[in-house]
Amino acid sequence: MSDSALGSVVLSAASATDPPNRWLRQYGAWLVVALVLLVLPHLPGFGNDFGRSLLTQMAIAAVLALSYNMLLGQTGLLSFGHAVYFGLGGYAAIHLMRAINHGLPIPMPLVPVAGAAAGLVAGAVLGSATTRRAGTIFALISLGVGELVYAATFMLPGYFGGEEGITASRTRAPHPAGIDFGSQLEVYYLTAAWALLAAVLMYAFTRTPLGRMCQAVRDNPERVEYVGYNPQRVRFFAFAASALFAGLAGGLHAINYEIVAADAVGAQRSGTVLLMTYIGGSGHFAGPVLGAIVLTWLQASLSGYTSAWLLYVGLFFIVTILFAPAGLSGLIVMHAPVVRTKAFLRLLPAYAIAIVPAVVAAIGAIVLIEMSYRLSTQPELGTRLQLFGTTVDAATPWSWIAGAVLVAGGGVAFRSTWMRISSAWDRATDEARASGTTER
Amino acid sequence: MLELATVSILNGVVYGLLLFMLTSGLTLIFSMMGVLNFAHASLFMLGAYFSWQLGRWIGFWPALVIAPLLCGLVGAAIERYGLRHVHKRGHVAEILFTFGLAYVIEELVTMIWGRNAVANSVPKVIDFSLFQVFGSSFPAYKGLMMAISVAMFVFLYVALKRTRIGLVIQAALTHPHMVSALGHDVPGVFVLVFAVGSALAGLAGVIGGFMLLTQPTLAHAVGPIVFVVVVVGGLGSLAGALIASMLIGILQTFAVAIDYSLLDLFRTLGIVVARSSPLHDFYAVKLSTAAPIVPYLLLVLMLVVRPRGLMGRRDA
Repeated sequence: MSDSALGSVVLSAASATDPPNRWLRQYGAWLVVALVLLVLPHLPGFGNDFGRSLLTQMAIAAVLALSYNMLLGQTGLLSFGHAVYFGLGGYAAIHLMRAINHGLPIPMPLVPVAGAAAGLVAGAVLGSATTRRAGTIFALISLGVGELVYAATFMLPGYFGGEEGITASRTRAPHPAGIDFGSQLEVYYLTAAWALLAAVLMYAFTRTPLGRMCQAVRDNPERVEYVGYNPQRVRFFAFAASALFAGLAGGLHAINYEIVAADAVGAQRSGTVLLMTYIGGSGHFAGPVLGAIVLTWLQASLSGYTSAWLLYVGLFFIVTILFAPAGLSGLIVMHAPVVRTKAFLRLLPAYAIAIVPAVVAAIGAIVLIEMSYRLSTQPELGTRLQLFGTTVDAATPWSWIAGAVLVAGGGVAFRSTWMRISSAWDRATDEARASGTTER
Repeated sequence: MLELATVSILNGVVYGLLLFMLTSGLTLIFSMMGVLNFAHASLFMLGAYFSWQLGRWIGFWPALVIAPLLCGLVGAAIERYGLRHVHKRGHVAEILFTFGLAYVIEELVTMIWGRNAVANSVPKVIDFSLFQVFGSSFPAYKGLMMAISVAMFVFLYVALKRTRIGLVIQAALTHPHMVSALGHDVPGVFVLVFAVGSALAGLAGVIGGFMLLTQPTLAHAVGPIVFVVVVVGGLGSLAGALIASMLIGILQTFAVAIDYSLLDLFRTLGIVVARSSPLHDFYAVKLSTAAPIVPYLLLVLMLVVRPRGLMGRRDA
């Protein structure tokens, strides 16, 4: 569980003898990430303000999801109130930005430090109460604390600005290097730099003795106690560290949007972080990043087309829990040893055959869902919908029958392809085992 | 003062019993299966929508019976086709599954009944005054709610502690293999428990639907407070849930009725807080404004003082 794709790079470095080669193996993955972050906003599709804003959001979400996984994946704590530390970090950052606007001589790029500090303080104060327990109780307490802080933001409008939130300007500040953060590109590079630093630090945390103890507490808290450690204290330190990085993400959020409102600490954001981390896969270090990228992209692209996007995301989440509990990164890692075998070539057609009925069923479901949504939430737009390049009329029964037939037929056909996939998969893993690629 | 106290206590008891209706099914499912059902409030919401829809078609009294049964069917399907498959992966997977389900049910409700609240008002047959207290009347639907709530408590208590099936259910939690070896259908028992818990949520929804606002965000509005009740009362304890519901109901009703802030208290004590003081905003919050956070404060307090909850047998 613990060794990630990056982790295996580091582990395999021990066998390398050539020093520069070893250095490259150890840090090569991070260099690639840094290069990708550098060129990404200039690639086609991201070269405009919308694309760069999307990238900025992805980077912020990635930091938040990584910080969440310090709890879920590493320490085994399921939190329903992680947005609290994100939001309180964001509020601290936006108040600092206001002070800078009024003449405080601090450069804007250092604002996220205030967010991280606020996150750490909030995490230490609230965490001292919540981390006394693990498991189900911790989940419930985190939910309660989340609701408490959310309600408190409305009671104290002086600090939190209530529904409208607190606004500040990121450009009205001293800019000695000539960068005023007026363009989205500059904001992106600032965010990406902080995100990369945060990711490196969080990865380093997993390699520290404390990080290792977190995993031990997750797997067997009683044994940890026998060895002489206090699981409660380990949970507390992990929680505080996680809150620090969540606060940092909140600070980046404040700079990007120039506003922080009550929704920053709300249950919806806490839920989204959980979904990102789980869908990406909590068992691998890079999993939450993958989840953050996929969900942010889905949110940005789907919410423009359909008001049902939350339903699709919820269904995606449930399918992940039922059929791919290790998440997207788990699926990728699962295939890694098989890819190089000959049997993989037989696995591919099995997948290709399964995809066709799955897509048919999905199209049927989308037609049904979109027609229902149109009728119940936007009746003023009429019964005719543009879907998949054709017009569908929700007023005729034929549209509904067609949708239902697609779902049922596609579903049954999809189910019948599972046998073929499973036998192809077994052959591929057998072959991989025979050729010794699964041994590590 | 007497008037305020009487009316507040009465309203608090009504609200507390509504909370108990909401939590009883959850407590049943948790104590028998060890599953913390995050979709419980969603089933409550489904009950509200079902009863509203059925009430328009066939009237209130049949809806009062059929809507909970439908919720029970939905619950049975959830257990049979979803929860059972994640059960072996432990409690976190179960919680996550029901959490995802809550998202999906909220959106499905939106898909069928729209984003706005439906006009779910108190049915005519139970909308009359039972008696008068200090000039304000006590409506019959509140009386019905209290009766159902008490009946739920008695039903659950007797069913679990005094019947044979209750014994089997309790044994199936701790010794599933042994119970199965004795010829009992353990997976069937779990389906039954989840269905009954869901039906209780649905029954609460029929009544709660017109006391609260029947809209897709209803589940999220009541969800967190249900969990507060469960933790404060002690996870899995039916009596604890009843006491905690009443406590939170009465505390919150009193808080809403009291229009004083810390600033007023300081003033009567002769302390003057300057307007420029950084804590002035905090002191100025009136207790009535702070009422929504009272349950959550109680939750944190309970965690610090007595982590197992009021009636919890062990640290869960």
